[in-house]
Amino acid sequence: MAVGAEAIFGNSVITTKLDSAISWARESSMWPYVFGTACCAIEFMSVASSQYDISRFGAEVVRFSPRQADLMIVAGTISYKQAPVLKRIYDQMTEPKWVISAGACACSGGFYDNYTTVQGIDSIIPVDVYIAGCPPRPEAFLDALIKIQELQAKKESIIKDRVVKNFKGKLDDSKKL
Amino acid sequence: MTVKNFKTLFENRYFIEDSGAFIVEKSNILDALHVIKNRDNYTLLLDMTAVDYLKKDSSKARFAVIYILRHSDFSQILMLKVYLDATLTLPSVTSLFKSANWAEREIWDQYGIQFQNHPNLKRILNHKEFIGHPLCKDYPITQGQLCTKTDDLMDEMTPLLKSKGYENFEDLMFLNLGPAHPASHGTIRNFVALEGETIVSTVSEIGYLHRGFEKSCENHTYNQIIPYTDRLNYCSAILNNIAFAHTVEGMLGVEIPQRAQYIRVIIGELSRAIDHLVCLAAMLVDMGALTNYWYLYNPRESVYTLLSKLTGARLTNSYMRIGGVSRDFYEGFEEDLRYSLKDIQKGVGDTLKLIAHNRIFHDRTQNVGIIKKDEALNRGITGPNLRACGIAYDLRVAKPYYGYDTFDFNIPIGSTGDVYDRMMVRFEEIEQSIYIIKQAMKRIPKGDIMLNNHSIALPSKQSVYTSIEGVMNQFKLIYEGVKVPSKEYYDAIEGANGELGFFIVSDGSGTPYKVKVRPPCFYAMSALPSMIEGGMIADAVLSLGSLNIIAGELDR
Repeated sequence: MAVGAEAIFGNSVITTKLDSAISWARESSMWPYVFGTACCAIEFMSVASSQYDISRFGAEVVRFSPRQADLMIVAGTISYKQAPVLKRIYDQMTEPKWVISAGACACSGGFYDNYTTVQGIDSIIPVDVYIAGCPPRPEAFLDALIKIQELQAKKESIIKDRVVKNFKGKLDDSKKL
Repeated sequence: MTVKNFKTLFENRYFIEDSGAFIVEKSNILDALHVIKNRDNYTLLLDMTAVDYLKKDSSKARFAVIYILRHSDFSQILMLKVYLDATLTLPSVTSLFKSANWAEREIWDQYGIQFQNHPNLKRILNHKEFIGHPLCKDYPITQGQLCTKTDDLMDEMTPLLKSKGYENFEDLMFLNLGPAHPASHGTIRNFVALEGETIVSTVSEIGYLHRGFEKSCENHTYNQIIPYTDRLNYCSAILNNIAFAHTVEGMLGVEIPQRAQYIRVIIGELSRAIDHLVCLAAMLVDMGALTNYWYLYNPRESVYTLLSKLTGARLTNSYMRIGGVSRDFYEGFEEDLRYSLKDIQKGVGDTLKLIAHNRIFHDRTQNVGIIKKDEALNRGITGPNLRACGIAYDLRVAKPYYGYDTFDFNIPIGSTGDVYDRMMVRFEEIEQSIYIIKQAMKRIPKGDIMLNNHSIALPSKQSVYTSIEGVMNQFKLIYEGVKVPSKEYYDAIEGANGELGFFIVSDGSGTPYKVKVRPPCFYAMSALPSMIEGGMIADAVLSLGSLNIIAGELDR
């Protein structure tokens, strides 16, 4: 017996825009790459485990290969030593791609205002959604994921290129790399 | 202190400072450590650090290097100190203690002190393009330096392979395990040379999560540092809080009220249990046993609920204050605790049912990643990793604090020091922690949770809002901090990963002059290459997991 959409619609035909159909597919199956470095990554473990259960939002297929992922979640402090690694992994992800900056350290350096911590990862890579908190509660991670899904459903289109062409991070100077 | 041999042999060539540290000349340091290690039995080099006296009293010398050692009976510690001359060089002691290898690299990196005859003196925490030495007092705290390229580590790998008889590397494959690797449990990089699937040699690179803990401490008051300590070993934040507060209270020469001590024992043991849970859960995932992850992680959620009711935060609790704890137990705490403990026991029980007699589990873990007793001590490994080798060293027994000597509990030890032993020791320690919590809950006395001392403890909100004395008291303590008399002091507690110590230099103000944490992970991590060389990649992943390396504590 058919279940889900087949059970409801049977053999009938649905007309829709290609744009909405693809966006619907995208938002329902985000594949996150968790760039977990510190405390926030432990909270992400909670997000993935049964109590908060990220699979309710279709994003439980956590991939540790950037080439298979379309959502980067930067969870934790990024030091200057780590920055080239972050940049390289971001570049390895195929487009379209989205970035969540989770927690105070990733967003702004947090209370690590010192010689070793990057003061916000948006000086290295472009960010779509920021989450506050040190570390953020699991609900906040889910909220950020929903915000990305809303972005996909309402604001974005497959015809438009998603990559910010004029973004220039501190490590984007090609001579240095 | 029983340093008979040292005193006899070094007659007139040392003197004792107020801090209790033995001062020796630079030219004598190797001999002195040799005697102290081999004749006086101070076999464990706990930590090494340097102090920059530029802004304190640099009349003797600007820099001094401090060696902290522990006796083989594990209860006594000894501090040795050397003042440096203008050349800023010191002989390396790596020939005596392997733990000195990374410690000396860190001092070079942070202070610019060179160690002669060190096998590989290069930066360890900061990146290789970094200029200057950040913990020097004249280095501005916010002066960051951009890193554009990662280190390829071939400068370390090439001599290592040559020493093993490899002339050309055409048949070898080089692979980076980390820093962004699911099994690296954070951001640790192991660069391996492979022959087939067998690891020929390994170079570990750490420092990817170096967050400048020590420099930040020098710019905050004592109570402001407590949130920073949360983020060292973030899997058991409260134990870090306790270690720091305990050390500062030792410097102040005060003892916290009985009830606060019991609260510290109860919540500390709970933290130890959930730290072990996350280590075991992640390890079993690495092994492919995902079901156990849910069994072990879900009880942690239930403890989070309890902790957020008690402290206001799930993970980074900042529950301790200098002089006590921030809040008393809430109404219904006992019931919540009972429920959480039951959850933990159920999770552990369910997991053990699946793995205890599981052939695959045994084959994957037994006789894999072995560390021998002597090697472990020489590398400065402590905690469950040392106990798995068969050495029953636990600070809760060796040098009891907070009345641990009045509780009935066992120290589980292993026999071979392999991955299996390290895991089983942790499983058993969870049981023992629960046993301690249950005893403590029965005996916990009523009373104050903070010291009744206005120069240390914050006044009650009632008195702040209604009296001028209260306002002044609050203002002074918040703005100036708790004034700690000028001292150099080391104290430690048994953290979840081993001896978690703080070495603090104070100058009489409300801000420490220097804080050095002795992170148990740092020394455990330096043993990894010797554990995984000659084994398979899949075993290397398990060996790393079984050491329970927490990047926040490793890199600080």
